[in-house]
Amino acid sequence: MQVERSSHPAPRPDPSAPDREGFRHSFCADPLSVRAALRTTLARFIRQMTEEEAGTLEIVLAEVFNNIVKHGYGDSGKGTITIALSRDPRGLSCLVSDEGIALPDRCLSGIGDHPRPVPDTLPEGGFGWFLIRDLVEDLQYSRHDGRNELVFHLPLAPLALAP
Amino acid sequence: MNLYAEALGGALVVHLQEERLDAAIAIRFKDRMREVALQPSSRVVLDLSDVTFLDSSGLGAIVAVMKSLAPARQLELAGLTPTVEKVFRLTRMDTVFRIHPDVAAATSERLRDAG
Repeated sequence: MQVERSSHPAPRPDPSAPDREGFRHSFCADPLSVRAALRTTLARFIRQMTEEEAGTLEIVLAEVFNNIVKHGYGDSGKGTITIALSRDPRGLSCLVSDEGIALPDRCLSGIGDHPRPVPDTLPEGGFGWFLIRDLVEDLQYSRHDGRNELVFHLPLAPLALAP
Repeated sequence: MNLYAEALGGALVVHLQEERLDAAIAIRFKDRMREVALQPSSRVVLDLSDVTFLDSSGLGAIVAVMKSLAPARQLELAGLTPTVEKVFRLTRMDTVFRIHPDVAAATSERLRDAG
């Protein structure tokens, strides 16, 4: 993880004044652009969370982005992913949107034909949505005018407790 | 893909010198592992100590390598960094791999077993 930890640290965020203006970023839906977008996003929020929380954020975003690259746009390398994140007192509110194909309902349900992968069967896939559902709260999906919007909240310790 | 293998303490130790094992390199990783695993050894230890991030594609690739070596050969893991360890733990895949704190622990184990 190439997170900029500069020698001139930014002022400590004031917990009473969360980052309300938010962060928006658009990037091309291919694996290397996903890497760059994760780096940019993590660098933006690293000072507002613990290292472990940053790792969790990176896992969640990577799985959401990879899913859009692979299934939403069918590995075409074409298409755009847009994220909007904002820090609130309880964590990070996230919106990820794209113009790929619609998300199947089963990805969000976590039941029926999309259960947790069973380790003993040595699954090579199916971990992505399981990780997302496990780590975030208030996961909601909607589709309007050919546009997918995935909204979720990543719970984080109050800012004052971050080291 | 920076990856090299060496024989250490009776095991083939494969060092993955990449910061990330993710969707961008998962397929190349599987191909390279297949190549280096041509060297005979009953145990293959994958050293992940340089890897700070693993996504589900990387995890799937490691599982695929494990399956391609089985049943004659075992893939073991060493040196999981915190976020990598978290992905293994959350998916419970930590229950199907032998995981060592580091390469030294993985390779000294055989000496203990022999003694």
